[in-house]
Amino acid sequence: MKPISIIKVPFNVGIFGILFALGAFTGCNNNGSKHETILGGGDVASEVYVAPGKYDDFYLFASGGFSGQVGVYGLPSGRLFRVIPVFSQNAENGWGYSEETKPMLQTSHGFIPWGDSHHPVLSKTDGNANGKWLFINENNTPRIARINLKTFNTDEIIEIPNSGGNHPSPYCTENTEYLVAGTRFSVPIENKDVPISSYKENFKGAISLVKVDPESGKMSVAVQIICPPFDYDKNRAGKGVSRDWTFFTCYNSEQANTMLEATASQNDKDFILAVNWKKAEEYLNAGKAKDFKVNYYHNYMDESKQTAFSEIMTSVKTLEPKDCPGMLYYMPCPKSPHGVDVNPTGEYIAAGGKLAALIPVYSYDKMIKAISGQQFDGEIEGIPVLKYDAVIAGEVQKPGLGPLHTEFDDKGYGYTSFFLTSEIVKWKIGTWEVVDRIPTYYSIGHLCIPGGDSKNPYGKYVIALNKITKDRYLPTGPEVCQSAQLIDITGEKMKLLLDFPTIGEPHYAQACPASLLTGNATKIYKLEENNHPYAVKNEKEGRVERKGNEVHIYMTMIRSHFAPDNIEGVKVGDVVYCHVTNLEQDWDVPHGFAIKGANNAELLIMPGETRTLKWEPKEAGVVPFYCSDFCSALHQEMQGYIRVSDKNSNVPVSFRLGE
Amino acid sequence: MKNICGLFFAGLIIAVIYSCSSDSNSATTDALADPMKNRGIGPVSSVSTGTLDHTLAATGKSIFESKCTACHKIEVKHVGPALNGVTERRTPEWIMNMILNPTEMTQKDPIAKDLLATYMAPMANQNLTQDEARAVLEFFRSNDNN
Repeated sequence: MKPISIIKVPFNVGIFGILFALGAFTGCNNNGSKHETILGGGDVASEVYVAPGKYDDFYLFASGGFSGQVGVYGLPSGRLFRVIPVFSQNAENGWGYSEETKPMLQTSHGFIPWGDSHHPVLSKTDGNANGKWLFINENNTPRIARINLKTFNTDEIIEIPNSGGNHPSPYCTENTEYLVAGTRFSVPIENKDVPISSYKENFKGAISLVKVDPESGKMSVAVQIICPPFDYDKNRAGKGVSRDWTFFTCYNSEQANTMLEATASQNDKDFILAVNWKKAEEYLNAGKAKDFKVNYYHNYMDESKQTAFSEIMTSVKTLEPKDCPGMLYYMPCPKSPHGVDVNPTGEYIAAGGKLAALIPVYSYDKMIKAISGQQFDGEIEGIPVLKYDAVIAGEVQKPGLGPLHTEFDDKGYGYTSFFLTSEIVKWKIGTWEVVDRIPTYYSIGHLCIPGGDSKNPYGKYVIALNKITKDRYLPTGPEVCQSAQLIDITGEKMKLLLDFPTIGEPHYAQACPASLLTGNATKIYKLEENNHPYAVKNEKEGRVERKGNEVHIYMTMIRSHFAPDNIEGVKVGDVVYCHVTNLEQDWDVPHGFAIKGANNAELLIMPGETRTLKWEPKEAGVVPFYCSDFCSALHQEMQGYIRVSDKNSNVPVSFRLGE
Repeated sequence: MKNICGLFFAGLIIAVIYSCSSDSNSATTDALADPMKNRGIGPVSSVSTGTLDHTLAATGKSIFESKCTACHKIEVKHVGPALNGVTERRTPEWIMNMILNPTEMTQKDPIAKDLLATYMAPMANQNLTQDEARAVLEFFRSNDNN
């Protein structure tokens, strides 16, 4: 964001504007030194100010955490543009309520209305964001979603079988060949009724590679590697030199199953699991994998039919570590490891230990040498454990307490978040010295540098994604807002520019230059390409059909009327499907559809789109419906009536418009 | 200080308004005086209309029925004006520009502005291609025997 230039306005206005502005500031400068600080100490306000009607420089995609959704923000302004419904029903636009979108939330456990979204990850080509898709994991009922970055809609959700708590996910490889999933809670595989105390005997930790079709983006669970029952926690794929590898942290190498807070913190070191995904692919192609019977759902939106479909998958390929030499290695990692992050060249792997007081940084080159030199410290279930000293490149000493996550800039620095001491610490790759630190408000979890996990970071900002805000905003009762903070990292000293509130919990975020996406944005759905089976392309086709106790209303909407808008012949006990097509073909002319007493939601229907609301009228009478999204001067007139008759009445089906 | 600024601003604003309004007044007068000289504002600057092309008109009819009939009827006023005789009151260019560029037209073109004020419903941009708009024009011509 360039500072606003007053000089650019026409000369006369500029001069007088400046004088006027100075006058105004002088006028209200009596109550303290605030303005002096802003004007004198570097104008931070102008660094985040995006003038009305102007665009931000970056898109920020922040997880909604326990909201289950994704928030789309602009940087540097921190303005919220849109909440993309992903894992949670959204009554505001009908996501997960409309007949078209309900299949997206189906799982092997049935329909699930809520999810816990954690890590948004932009799809990549050659280690850099390519602007095609955003992936995000669901932690509670393990799933991964794919969001289309043309429409900003969720197009696909795949369930991850044999897992409990899909936390180290989705983190794609360098060319989005694979996403990963892991299990934070090891579980019996297959899941069965066993004593919890039989953990060591019956529980396992599945690591999944999820294949992504390079054209369509469609996901499939390629293989699951059945690992020892640790808690697999975070992941980051290698890049550049380490492109064939992906790294998971894990804790609970004690294999505790109760009071983990104490019992899983006994060992001085847990592990990073280094997975050679290329090797896994080779073993898979060589037929080493077994077919494991398990049901899981794959839900996807058919763009042409504008309708989601679910397919039930019945088996998954599994690999056993002991059968696959060279595929997996454990690297010791101190004090309850959490984050694991790879620098832009792919050579260095920085880890965070939730109880650690240093940042261990591993060398890919040393890891490869240690593997070939067999510098092992034993093995666990067929997985060699590499010697710590053989793989460590350096330790950042005394950085703070509780390092969690690291992102990188384009100048050779790492930025690590510290939960316990609530700060971001900047350190230099190679010398491992701390060069700067800045407090965050409060208790930072993840942090994000635009492109900070890619080969080419945009080292302009770091965004602190905080867990607690406490006193930072006007109080709103016991539940206060969640927030992020924008920090300038272009100078020697980090500089706090802006606090901004977020939806849900901004668990993790990724950002990319706005120009990567703006040219591709879908503005309307073309009516000619709408192959929804219940679409009506013009008002003449609007109609009502009865099939037994099902009534199908084929309706159109355009500024500012529905067709038909008077409907009779619906009876108590009928199941009514309102298939509503928005005939508009202009950008930003959605219409809403709301029926009095509907027990589900409204529909918000984009230009050229068809959506269906199921409605079961319970009593005789006349029920109004209307457009809920202000569409024109005569929006208030955009309304209609449905007459509901008794179950045994003889009122025939009829429909009208303007008669 | 504020008063002086205020005066200058006021003067500036008045000057701007004056120059704008005088321009648009003269344009309005001309265009309204003879709509058949007004080509409208938009991508279409000239259209050649020769012998009626019946195939093109048939294409235009089907486009009209799918994209336009929600608001326009031929014989009677609906959400928008009746379109009988439209080719006798408007130039071919104006018709196509109104189809292709309705937002700017209803902001700047004097006839389109008057229509918006009369009907109080914005002409929807249905994102027709120029070829499709040309076909709709041909349908209007065939309807008007023009």
